[in-house]
Amino acid sequence: MITFDHVTKRFPDGTVGVDDLSLEIEQGSFTVFVGPSGCGKTTSMRMINRMIDPTEGTITVGGRDISTVRPTELRLGIGYVIQNAGLMPHRTVVDNVATVLVLQGVTKRKARITALEAMERVGLDLRMATRYPAQLSGGQQQRVGVARALAADPPVLLMDEPFSAVDPVVRDDLQREMLRLQSELSKTIVFVTHDIDEAIRLGDRVAVFGTGGVLQQLDTAEAVLTRPANPFVTNLVGRDRGFRSLSFQSATQVPVHDVETLPLAGLGSAPALAPHAWALVVDGDRRPVGWLNATRQALVGERGEAALAPLGSLSTPSRTLRQSLDAVLSSPSERGVVVDDDGALLGVVEANDVLAALSAQRGSTTDDAGVLGATATQDALS
Amino acid sequence: MNLWGIRNWEAVQPLLVQHLYLSVVPTLIGVVVAIPIGLLLRDRRRARTVAVVLSSAIFTIPSLALFVVLPLLLGTRVLDPINVVVALTLYTVALSVRTTFEALDAVPAATREAATAVGYSSWRRATAVDLPLAIPVLTAGTRVVAVTNVSMVSVGAVIGIGGLGQLFTTGYQRDFPEQILTGLVLILLVAIVFDRIIALVGRAFTPWIRGASLRASERRLRALAQALPEVGRLREVVSGAR
Ligand SMILES: Nc1ncnc2c1ncn2[C@@H]1O[C@H](COP(=O)(O)OP(=O)(O)OP(=O)(O)O)[C@@H](O)[C@H]1O
Ligand SMILES: [Mg+2]
Repeated sequence: MITFDHVTKRFPDGTVGVDDLSLEIEQGSFTVFVGPSGCGKTTSMRMINRMIDPTEGTITVGGRDISTVRPTELRLGIGYVIQNAGLMPHRTVVDNVATVLVLQGVTKRKARITALEAMERVGLDLRMATRYPAQLSGGQQQRVGVARALAADPPVLLMDEPFSAVDPVVRDDLQREMLRLQSELSKTIVFVTHDIDEAIRLGDRVAVFGTGGVLQQLDTAEAVLTRPANPFVTNLVGRDRGFRSLSFQSATQVPVHDVETLPLAGLGSAPALAPHAWALVVDGDRRPVGWLNATRQALVGERGEAALAPLGSLSTPSRTLRQSLDAVLSSPSERGVVVDDDGALLGVVEANDVLAALSAQRGSTTDDAGVLGATATQDALS
Repeated sequence: MNLWGIRNWEAVQPLLVQHLYLSVVPTLIGVVVAIPIGLLLRDRRRARTVAVVLSSAIFTIPSLALFVVLPLLLGTRVLDPINVVVALTLYTVALSVRTTFEALDAVPAATREAATAVGYSSWRRATAVDLPLAIPVLTAGTRVVAVTNVSMVSVGAVIGIGGLGQLFTTGYQRDFPEQILTGLVLILLVAIVFDRIIALVGRAFTPWIRGASLRASERRLRALAQALPEVGRLREVVSGAR
């Protein structure tokens, strides 16, 4: 557990970075610090590993007042991931990942073995092990950064906008990976971002910071969306918050229908589709590949698989309303594809059913969030 | 090389050896002394300023004056080659301390910060992060110092210890241009060779800079798999990559 007790940071030039912050971060929680630029998120986080010392107040990590702990000792027990990874350019990937272990006194050989395991855990190809950081993509470098932080298995992980410099697709990947890792490892994670969507997606606790380094609200992600503590938080989560809060509403009541499928293998010899019908093309493992209608079917002979329309976003059995809505909206056939955890086809959800579920939801949630939710949905549909 | 130098190789060779000795030794000692000074003082603002001012001051002393004054200060004989070694070492330290500061300043602040944040102590960071990353600038600076030293040695000829520079003084006295030319060509060669060697050593110590050679990376991967046979996955990856 990490606690801040009336912590203030005043910089030598008089700037107040963090103002009288009191806060508890539970062990095993994923806490996200979110807020506009300059509101003291980084400063707060860096006080946890003594990269910055507070002007006033006390911080404890695991019950120990950190001002009494030697900074290097403290830092070796706290994983640290930053934007642009902060790797050592002169060390190979495996040695970068092994850094903390070597600093802890583990032999180089043992450290490398553990480092290779950590690389696998974060989904890095072992062939990258002997490359230098400059020989990796930004997303790969970021993974190396995460592997380095995890290799020594520290109980606490600090992450400062780790994914904000990579493109949206890679970011999505890394966020998913982070959630998987957290479910496996249950670290105490403090994660800084100014992206409210990222905060809600990753955090089970969200700390909203305001200008001048004042904490505005610390709550579950859902509560921050549905019950903002004050106008500042309302404004930060924005007018899309109703739409975002759909992320917390289950869509398991939305029925999954069967759908006409065509095997990818015999695509050329499939029977002709009716004029307005859509069929889902699946591969040998029943994994959906794309949509096909009559117009596109005519192009199959010429273009093969490239004639298929994209699937749109997929939804899973444990799906949320937001996922279902995304799936319906992004599918060319107006039906959202549902797959199981292995990616095999379960069926489709219909736009009408999803909208009905949204209306039902509106009746059952608080007026405010419900109305906003409905407007956002209409925006999205129009 | 011209004919005179070949015909009189027996006379030229000891001068060449002395020239090599007088330029290589001060360069090596100077750099080895300057680097720790640079590492130690780089973050101490006042001490660093003093070091920079002192270095400039040393460098403004004319070399000839230094050659002449040093025996008085050190108590050495006037004709002792050690005077030249000490003088050139002083210049090298003076230049290299400043080069070291610049080389360390060129290390990205973000990298240093990240190193500190993951748990490097300041001394460990200095030696394991700052120093290796400073090598490119250090190498460039050392090449300049080395070439400067090779040419400065010849000034020592005026006091009788100048390696190949002696060919200038005697050649001039005897009005014998061929001998002067020999000296020039040999000094040029020594400078070029010295410069290249330092550049190569610098490169050898900075494998991460040598372009994105994926072939080298694969070579290292095979070596790693061999060194860590217990990591089965690594073996698979390596055999798959072949
Ligand atoms: N070393 C410093 N000296 C003076 N002021 C500083 C220093 N570091 C940060 N500040 C100020 O403290 C405040 C908080 O900075 P901090 O870096 O914590 O913000 P942040 O919330 O992380 O912002 P961002 O999202 O832009 O990273 C800012 O006003 C900043 O200008
Ligand atoms: Mg910040």
